[in-house]
Amino acid sequence: MALADTRFLPRERFQTLLDALIERGFRCVGPQVRDGAVVYDTVTRSSELPVGKHDMQGPGTYRLEDAGHERMFAWANGAQAIKPHLFPAREPLWSAERGGAGSIEFTPHSAAPEAVAFIGVRACDLAAMQIQDHVFLHGPYPDPGYAARSEALFFVAVNCSHPAATCFCAATGDGPAATHGYDLVLSELDNGFVLSAGTEAGNAVMAQLELDATTPAQTQAVVAQGEASISAQTRSLPSRDLRDALFNNLEHPRWDAVAERCLACGNCTMVCPTCFCHAETEEPTLDGHATTHLREWDSCFTTGHSYIHGLQVRADIRTRYRQWLTHKLGSWHDQFGRSGCVGCGRCISWCPVGIDITEEVAAITGD
Amino acid sequence: MKPVVAIHKFTSCDGCQLAFLNLGETLLELSELIDIVHFAEAGPVDPTAHADIAFIEGSVSTPDELARIQQIRAQTRFLVSVGACATSGGLQALRNGANMEEWIGAVYASPHYIETLDIATPIAEHVKVDLELWGCPVTSRQILAAVRDLLFGVTPAPAQDGVCMECKRQGQICVLVTKGAPCMGPVTRTGCGALCPSFGRDCYACFGPAQTTNCAALARRFEGLGLMPEAIARRFLFINSAAPAFAEAAQAAGGLTKARTPK
Repeated sequence: MALADTRFLPRERFQTLLDALIERGFRCVGPQVRDGAVVYDTVTRSSELPVGKHDMQGPGTYRLEDAGHERMFAWANGAQAIKPHLFPAREPLWSAERGGAGSIEFTPHSAAPEAVAFIGVRACDLAAMQIQDHVFLHGPYPDPGYAARSEALFFVAVNCSHPAATCFCAATGDGPAATHGYDLVLSELDNGFVLSAGTEAGNAVMAQLELDATTPAQTQAVVAQGEASISAQTRSLPSRDLRDALFNNLEHPRWDAVAERCLACGNCTMVCPTCFCHAETEEPTLDGHATTHLREWDSCFTTGHSYIHGLQVRADIRTRYRQWLTHKLGSWHDQFGRSGCVGCGRCISWCPVGIDITEEVAAITGD
Repeated sequence: MKPVVAIHKFTSCDGCQLAFLNLGETLLELSELIDIVHFAEAGPVDPTAHADIAFIEGSVSTPDELARIQQIRAQTRFLVSVGACATSGGLQALRNGANMEEWIGAVYASPHYIETLDIATPIAEHVKVDLELWGCPVTSRQILAAVRDLLFGVTPAPAQDGVCMECKRQGQICVLVTKGAPCMGPVTRTGCGALCPSFGRDCYACFGPAQTTNCAALARRFEGLGLMPEAIARRFLFINSAAPAFAEAAQAAGGLTKARTPK
């Protein structure tokens, strides 16, 4: 079977896909509903997926509702997807223990790579992961934990059919259809899924399922659905490099206006799939004999983030928000060769006061 | 020689002292490292003992406490105020805006036995405090981290970020965004481990204000959620009503008393 081949997986046979992956030794991690939102966790049964759920998202608001259909992926995203797996929110890096004669012994914590199959990830999540790969793997000091975890992944992507009101991946060029980075990609139709493979591993899984070829009508439905999920997106971000537009406006009054609203709570950076800032802390044992060195998610909105000895570089909320936006959409180009935004809209939905990055950018750059 | 430690109680519920007692076996390990000379709730009583480290629980609420805190400061090297009462005046600071005589008359059968100050105030209002551990109550983890740092000879650096940071690290679902609950997490200091949101409840700010807060913006958000001005004020005036950031936010929200706050 050639990589470009498409096959049709009837809805009632979705479980066979999970079974095939589990049989190959993968822990399947997929979407499910918890506390009123879509989260990713271990799944073994297709019935655990968000069947019939749809998300209503807006600035500072997220609600799941029953959509009255059988679709499993008719929602845009939850607060997190791949990031917490590859870049855990809190991770021990090494331990140190006092030895004899004033010596100290260091032990690295090496993560045993676990084979994980991510079910239902979106184009924006895969694009974001590529950016994080760049940060953690492609520098002079690749992160061993991140590397070990990323080697053992299998991705079953889903082409987004129901973008939320907060989505703008079409504008950033990162979605709604997944174009790379997956092993298998699905397009969900009312009665099943159109599958194609992106890797030989994906192709082998697809072959094992012994599926029928797709009909022209199914192919047409996939195309139409893809076009509809582009035109359904109401928000957008200028697709050009915003570096100069932002850095030429560092004293724009809009920064003051957004600082009036911004809580500096850091939620936008916590849910951003490309934000990678972290802090390192010690957890010593009470007797002071040993310590564990931890890395945890930090944010450019915290007080500690811009603290250098005797000086807080960004003491107010205005400069912290400005740092976040000018880095994400401006200096990110210099650092990583593209913008740091993949258009997932999470920072809009999960901001407790509903600050909208697209609105702020438009006001500041005059676009 | 082991560092000498004293644990003093002022006006409080004793809940923060439980952060020591709840340590269980670890308390035995701790007693190998420090010498606890005064801890009335646990046994040893020597209120005038000199101490390397003194933990102060409770607010200054009575004339006797005014004198006692000065004496403890004079006999202590490193003074740590623990819990909401000691750091912000605590729950009892809610009376700061009320008429004391009227309240005492309404509550007690024999009001003439009650000797109290007009307002309940945090320890730092009276003496130099070297470290504040916020929380209602503080956790054993906070206490141990502070003691360990002091044993290492470094200044403890307690958490000062907002609850949201910890809530998101744990992968909890935001109750404000998904349920419209008036969660205080965005302005509240972490240290609790995002306890309430992890049970689907909105944070009620028992750890006091985070280091950077924008209470006015959160108050406007609560207004948008349909809370009346008095309800918004009450969100800020619960456990740490006299903490300046919260007191100002409550007054700006309107609908509540002219609470008297410490200078």
